[in-house]
Amino acid sequence: MQLLKLVPDNTNIHFLRWRVPFYVVSIILIAASWGLVLTKGLNYGIDFAGGQEIEATFTKSAEAPVAELREDVAKLGYGDPVIQRFGDANSVSIRTKLPEEAEGNAGMAEAISNKIIAAIRADHPDVRIDSVSTVSGKVSGEFREMAIYALGAAMLAISIYIWVRFEWQFGVGGLFALFHDVSLTLGMFALFQMEFGLQIIAAILAIIGYSLNDTIVVYDRIREDLKKFRKMPLPELLDMSVNETLARTVMTSATLLLALIPLLLFGPESLFGLTAAIVMGIFVGTYSSIYMAAPILIWLGVSGDSFVPTESAVERQERLARERGTKS
Amino acid sequence: MLEFPTWKKVWLWGLTLVVAAAALPSLFAVSGLPWPSAIPNPQVSLGLDLAGGSHILLEADEKQVGQQRLENMEESVRARLRQAEPRIRIGDISSAGGRLSFMLKDPSQVDAAREEILPLTTGAGLTGQRDWDIRVEDGNRFILTPTSEGLEQAVSQAMDSAIEVVRKRIDALGTREPTIIRQGQNRIVVQVPGLDDPQALKDLLGQTAKLEFKMVDDSAAPNDVAQGIVPPGDEIVPYADPQSAPAGVPAIAVKRLGGIKGDQLTDARQSFEQQTNSPVVTITFNQQGGAKFAKLTSENVNKRFAIILDGKVLSAPSINEPILGGSAQISGSFTVQSATQLAIALRSGALPVDLTVVEERTVGPDLGADSIRKGLVAMGIGTGLVVLLMVAVYGRFGIYATCALVFNVLMILGIMAVMGTTLTLPGIAGFVLTIGAAVDANVLIYERMREERKKGRRVIAAVENGYKEASRAIYDANITNFIAGILLFAFGSGPVRGFAVVLIIGLFTSVFTGVTLTRMWVADWLRRKRPTELNV
Repeated sequence: MQLLKLVPDNTNIHFLRWRVPFYVVSIILIAASWGLVLTKGLNYGIDFAGGQEIEATFTKSAEAPVAELREDVAKLGYGDPVIQRFGDANSVSIRTKLPEEAEGNAGMAEAISNKIIAAIRADHPDVRIDSVSTVSGKVSGEFREMAIYALGAAMLAISIYIWVRFEWQFGVGGLFALFHDVSLTLGMFALFQMEFGLQIIAAILAIIGYSLNDTIVVYDRIREDLKKFRKMPLPELLDMSVNETLARTVMTSATLLLALIPLLLFGPESLFGLTAAIVMGIFVGTYSSIYMAAPILIWLGVSGDSFVPTESAVERQERLARERGTKS
Repeated sequence: MLEFPTWKKVWLWGLTLVVAAAALPSLFAVSGLPWPSAIPNPQVSLGLDLAGGSHILLEADEKQVGQQRLENMEESVRARLRQAEPRIRIGDISSAGGRLSFMLKDPSQVDAAREEILPLTTGAGLTGQRDWDIRVEDGNRFILTPTSEGLEQAVSQAMDSAIEVVRKRIDALGTREPTIIRQGQNRIVVQVPGLDDPQALKDLLGQTAKLEFKMVDDSAAPNDVAQGIVPPGDEIVPYADPQSAPAGVPAIAVKRLGGIKGDQLTDARQSFEQQTNSPVVTITFNQQGGAKFAKLTSENVNKRFAIILDGKVLSAPSINEPILGGSAQISGSFTVQSATQLAIALRSGALPVDLTVVEERTVGPDLGADSIRKGLVAMGIGTGLVVLLMVAVYGRFGIYATCALVFNVLMILGIMAVMGTTLTLPGIAGFVLTIGAAVDANVLIYERMREERKKGRRVIAAVENGYKEASRAIYDANITNFIAGILLFAFGSGPVRGFAVVLIIGLFTSVFTGVTLTRMWVADWLRRKRPTELNV
């Protein structure tokens, strides 16, 4: 049986020849992402902004009457609602802010959602309320805080693990690659104004884990090659390592995408944001493990000596002292 | 690496099959097939976002607990000093600034007063913990300050009894399998699956149901009350329904002390007032409460008393004659429904502290069923595609990876069922992600085998080296994923936690099925066929 090969044998692509331009582009993209996040802002869902969200399906209509709904809800005087199509054409999500007095006054939030639902039902008797969610400003503030802690802690903890398992340069490289992945994902959410909530934080944490898979596989090979070919110039060696792991990188990204894209297309609407974030993360994560994580090792000065086996810190000091002695 | 003695094979197969079998009841349930009742059936429970239901996060007002404690302390101190022999007179009582301060009329009684108060300030427990600090200033001013330990314990106790009350009220609604858990210092999570009317639940939980009877101060000038000028020793309480207030004054002045609480009840029912046929709540006191109520009503015939619920006056009837029978009717502007609700709330007892809803998520049952169906379809297509690619690229080894994948999914489900964890909507995404990522271990191993073959190693050595060299990267990658997963779990609330659970369990089962099981199968194949070529 002839087996399929996604990547031909013995590739020899000079990935790192273009490392400087790629790095420049990546840094521009990171900066642009943060620029977008700061200027355009993230479209916070109620998890992070607080407020109320009603999901409704108009069971006997082909399409949800978005414009009419906007008018119906705006008339009630709770500010302009954010109304988005949600999955099928006849489903919508209606997001409203809660007035300040409603903070700590559950009855009021209640009353507001009831009024909104009643107003919709009056004009559109075929409406089916799928879900109602209310998050108070206090709780959403806590969610925001926790999200930042969790992302920071995950990036730091994983970088420290890589540092311990490899060398500090690898830890820095891994952290940088992660920062790139997280930044670009946030940038995408700011650019397309997709709803940003707790699920997206979950997705980003998953991306942090999985994008690092790639980085680790490449790093593992670099470490192995560094021990074997101690005299090879670093850019050449990195190219070799990346090429050797290329088939695996492509294959794994492919299986992840094959599993996730049906979820994106046919899965439940509520998972769209989460899945989109992870799919995006797979692309940027694969790219960053080759173009972010590997070249940084050149600039941080990794060499074959970084992994001389069975050398303790004391022995290393002694050896370095010896070498300095012979040079002078 | 490729040695698998029989005992090891039996052990591996046994573990795999037992864990995978634990998934069967859940699969039967999804497909609607009956499960034989003789066999235990651990099942994966569905989260509210899949099963439909309400998730409500309630927060208690800690300050209120402190305030309540201060008031109780004031009453106890007054009673204690009044009963002391000789009587200790005090004045200038104030509970401002979170502490109780009062002055002795006779400074020579300082030691006697301290003696009397001391028992009130230590905790009920055996630890001898001090709940209040006593300080004497200027020779005759006592200042009682609550200690933080005492306050913390009071909050904790209040939360425990609040949970009890919440449970009773939810049970009264007749809902099935509610989950009621304390979260952190002052929050309660309530999860009720498949509720038709979450509104009724929230109304019920939002009601503190603190019932009080206090004497109306008829000497207070209505104008003063309307302007909010509080006569000495009184407090002004607004009417619950301003329209029922007489003379257009929406509030009433009542005596601050000397009233009784309506918490000593044996029963509360909705009924109808005989003359007007309007809905009322009939309450029955227990013996102690009945005695207090009889005393209050006998001492105050022809005066008015206010029936106060949660700080609002329901009505203020005159006492025509002493009520000695131990039961009373509460009238107010009730509908049948609100009277029934109040009856439930009173039966289950007052909440020791106000609870407010700070987060609420309600999902209708249709949406959840829809999500499951779509999630399963997407998962099926995704799995099919991954399997096709693996078999096309790795042939026989792709089939091993596929079998590992099937066992992997079953084992995750099985472990979730046995551990009693909950599958949420993001958990479905976790499954799909795990399916896509689990074969990574196989890819790493097979690619390595390819390379080793290309270097000219013999088949067995290539397989052995493939597993050996790849395991390092697999190990590291899974640990970093584990770190991310643990943080996800620690940070996540409800649904997101479900995602983390699937990912974390999936890491362990992926390594087991993708590395250990496939190695056993490959080793078996090598021994049986002794292939001279490795087609990967």
